[in-house]
Amino acid sequence: MEKTKQALKDKDLQYIIGNLLRWGVWSSMTIAIIGGIIYLSRHGHETVYYPKFEEQDRSMLTILGDMFRGLADGHGRALIMLGIILLFATPVMRVIFSLIGFAVEKDRMYVVITLIVLLIIFVSVRGGLG
Amino acid sequence: MTVLVFTLILFVGAYAAGLIGSLTGLGGGVVIIPLLSVFLGIDIHYAIGAALVSVIATSSGSAAAYVREGITNMRIGMFLEIATTIGAVVGALVATIAPTHFIAVLFGCILIFSAMNSLRKKAVHVLPESSPLAKKLKLYGSYPTASGVVHYGTKNVAGGFVMMIVAGVLSGLLGIGSGALKVIAMDNIMRIPFKVSTTTSNFMMGVTATASAVVYLQRGYVQPGICMPVVIGVLLGALTGSRILIRSSPEKLKVFFAIVITLLALQMIYNGITGKI
Repeated sequence: MEKTKQALKDKDLQYIIGNLLRWGVWSSMTIAIIGGIIYLSRHGHETVYYPKFEEQDRSMLTILGDMFRGLADGHGRALIMLGIILLFATPVMRVIFSLIGFAVEKDRMYVVITLIVLLIIFVSVRGGLG
Repeated sequence: MTVLVFTLILFVGAYAAGLIGSLTGLGGGVVIIPLLSVFLGIDIHYAIGAALVSVIATSSGSAAAYVREGITNMRIGMFLEIATTIGAVVGALVATIAPTHFIAVLFGCILIFSAMNSLRKKAVHVLPESSPLAKKLKLYGSYPTASGVVHYGTKNVAGGFVMMIVAGVLSGLLGIGSGALKVIAMDNIMRIPFKVSTTTSNFMMGVTATASAVVYLQRGYVQPGICMPVVIGVLLGALTGSRILIRSSPEKLKVFFAIVITLLALQMIYNGITGKI
């Protein structure tokens, strides 16, 4: 009895996570395409210029701040960045939903394992301790 | 070259990369990087950034379908993600200090290895009983097949875990999904059935790539103007590829692309050694 109950919950979780991934990808792609159209309509005729790579060191907060300022000014590139950030958020949301799922199933070991994965992602958001 | 022409070329190239990546099972990221850096002369750092973003898009997109079918093992995936995300963060940090020609040569070698590996015949095996450690970690499961539900177990947890750290490091260092190494860890070492290995590897790629992608983003490797056509192109190419694969299994095409990719890899190694990258 216990086993079928867990299998049922696993099924629900699979369904939710499957949908989450799909919606995450399609919404972020739609936003990136709209941003791309705006970007090309404004800068499409300019000469392309990507200088040799120069290492930057900007925190996530600075990047998000710049993005929102760009969005307020209606920049296409900021909208593309929003799409990219949403895409990054999709797998992270998937991990958070799994955490909730394991907690509902009272699977303490996997709650801990999922928390460890989230912690590692958090470290990388903080610039990877660098 | 104007921005519009540049964007269109990137889009077409990325579409081809996504298509080839999906048909060969290598993944779009591994094909797009040599395309951008060898043919279009884009700095390899930007190429890696764009490839990582497209890896997240394609793996999340295809994982969605497999998860709902119940083939993906989410517990095995989550447990091994500890290894791949640690590896990915380490790899991304090494990438920021590693010289470019070293990255190019290593990339070429991994590309050749993956291309050869994609041609290998896959044996189907199911382990009936898990090892004690695998049992303790609940690393077993079942998946639906045409002839009913198949139950399977796993073994060599430590070996698989270590291999996953390596896969994570390469993913973060080179901006690829490193699907080939992930499948070796699960299929060859842990003895997880092939279908479960491939879908679970795909499922893990999104989180693994994100762990290194945020490091790349903060170092300025992710350029919206390059990422946009690349990600959309790779995603659409991969979708077309999976449609073709449903209808036929193009073995000859696979051999052909494996040769093309090997040549591309050799060019990249050459460029790396002669310092042209």
